[in-house]
Amino acid sequence: MSELHYKDSFIRKILIETKAIAMVGCSANWNRPSNFAMKYLQGKGYHVIPVNPRYAGKEINGEQVYADLADIPVSFEMVDIFRSSEAAEMVTDQVIELASEKKISVIWMQLGVRHDEAAQRAEAAKMSVVMDRCVKIEYGRLFGELGWSGVNSGIISSKRPKVRV
Amino acid sequence: MSADSKKKQNEAHKFGIETRAIHAGARPDAVTGARNTPIYQTSSYVFDDAEHAADLFNLQTFGFIYSRLTNPTVSVLEERMASLEGGRAAVCAASGHAAQFLTFFTLLGPEDEFIASRNLYGGSITQFGLSFKKLGWTCHFVDPDNPENFRKAITSKTKAIFIEILANPGGIIVDVEPVAAIAKEAGIPLIVDNTMATPYLCQPIAWGADIVLHSTTKFLSGHGTSLGGALIESGKFDWAQNDKFPSMTKPEPAYHGLTFYETFGDFGFSTKARAVALRDFGPCLSPANAFYTITGIESLPVRMERHIANARAIAEFLDSHSAVSWVSYAGLKSSSYYELAQKYLPRGPGSVFTFGVKGGYDSGVKVVEGVELFSHLANIGDTRSLIIHPASTTHRQLSEEQQAKAGAGPDVIRLSIGLESIDDLIYDLDQALSLV
Ligand SMILES: Cc1ncc(COP(=O)(O)O)c(C=O)c1O
Repeated sequence: MSELHYKDSFIRKILIETKAIAMVGCSANWNRPSNFAMKYLQGKGYHVIPVNPRYAGKEINGEQVYADLADIPVSFEMVDIFRSSEAAEMVTDQVIELASEKKISVIWMQLGVRHDEAAQRAEAAKMSVVMDRCVKIEYGRLFGELGWSGVNSGIISSKRPKVRV
Repeated sequence: MSADSKKKQNEAHKFGIETRAIHAGARPDAVTGARNTPIYQTSSYVFDDAEHAADLFNLQTFGFIYSRLTNPTVSVLEERMASLEGGRAAVCAASGHAAQFLTFFTLLGPEDEFIASRNLYGGSITQFGLSFKKLGWTCHFVDPDNPENFRKAITSKTKAIFIEILANPGGIIVDVEPVAAIAKEAGIPLIVDNTMATPYLCQPIAWGADIVLHSTTKFLSGHGTSLGGALIESGKFDWAQNDKFPSMTKPEPAYHGLTFYETFGDFGFSTKARAVALRDFGPCLSPANAFYTITGIESLPVRMERHIANARAIAEFLDSHSAVSWVSYAGLKSSSYYELAQKYLPRGPGSVFTFGVKGGYDSGVKVVEGVELFSHLANIGDTRSLIIHPASTTHRQLSEEQQAKAGAGPDVIRLSIGLESIDDLIYDLDQALSLV
């Protein structure tokens, strides 16, 4: 499979314009990656809505869990998928159907999750798609926090960084 | 050009190593606008509230807790090292040896083995062969001249291959590409110590290395001021391809059952090295040493040009000197490593090399004692030119056979050529050689 490349400006725009994120496959277990990402993004001011039939009706990190995207009573700009690549295809097709009702504009598949055909269908439906990336890591990278962990952000600039949130 | 298309062009631009040596990791301070990297001389950092503290300790958010783990000045150096080596992430340590320890502690369990080139800095041979043994880790040393020697030494317990691409004390270059292919085939990482070459001369990740190690004490800090070390991970090694690396792919009991590869992906190894090995053993880099090293790196490209020009001139001078029996510098056409130098170190094979003085051990001692401008000491990669007789110093702990195999026999003198006037360096060596 070819490597995926996303422009920094593309990702940055998504992260700035997104206010609410439905996180599909979010775990209630604190040491799972999805729970990590949820907690971090909440700390950055995002409204993260967990979706997982196993915990439907319960709460994760203070937010009510929904069994299905269709059950979420509010609108959200992004769907962040913590599922297998095969499952991501079904989720993507559902998102395309729900997009106008829920005002969804971004489908984001987590690190290791990728489905090129589903992504093409979503892009044809005028949605932005990011695959095989972590929202938390990209946020940290583009807003200057990832370098604190010695990660190469790739950013070279003599401008004073703007700290978001 | 519209603002938008201009931006797109900027993003496609790849910054050169000279630029990254100065800028990578170091933007102006967000609050004060300070242009140079401040020395954050602090042991610890306040938490916003108990929740924030918990998130930090759980690694759920990025941020600073305590300088044994992370420090903003050290972070700048870490990101810069990752950038210069073309890697994903880096962790700094108190010394090169500490970085080696962090790497192997993260990779190995008791009973595990790794294979190392036998042409290494003497201290590394001792660390791997003797001190690691006490932890239950076994290192097998092989002659790196034939890459197949690495393949032959691999067993089901082998977890890594370690080489110095340009080996200390000098002149020997390992053919990295085939060694990387052997490691890849075996599903184990290739670790390359790039101290002697620096990322300005060679970037081992481009040749297939998975982890790069540095003693930043040498050319990177560059002025003989500061101990330091770094480990850089490429981000390309698949830790889950086999069951050899449970410390990366299984829940970690020393970290509440966190699975590092799954959670941190392509910077999982460095995160684990920091969150467990650095946390529990504590060989962290001080912010002041990080600052000196960051400052040193800014001039690395220009310094290396002069180091190499001077080294070349000295090697040629010694090669034609009557008191010298041989010169081991891969930049000389007569060197059997000349071709490999052209391939892996096209800008020049560093400025540390050895030569043999006629008359053996006693002559060696006379030369190191006879120089006036060269400093007789146990370091390399200083602005000053340095000289040492490895058999009586750095490689003293080794048996005579090991000394010979490591290129540190009784007649061997090692030079680290500095940045002084070339005529003065030649003058000084010439007068010292006249004593033998
Ligand atoms: C090639 C090489 N690796 C590692 C080291 C160890 O580094 P440090 O002295 O910073 O612990 C040295 C030091 O001489 C070295 O030359």
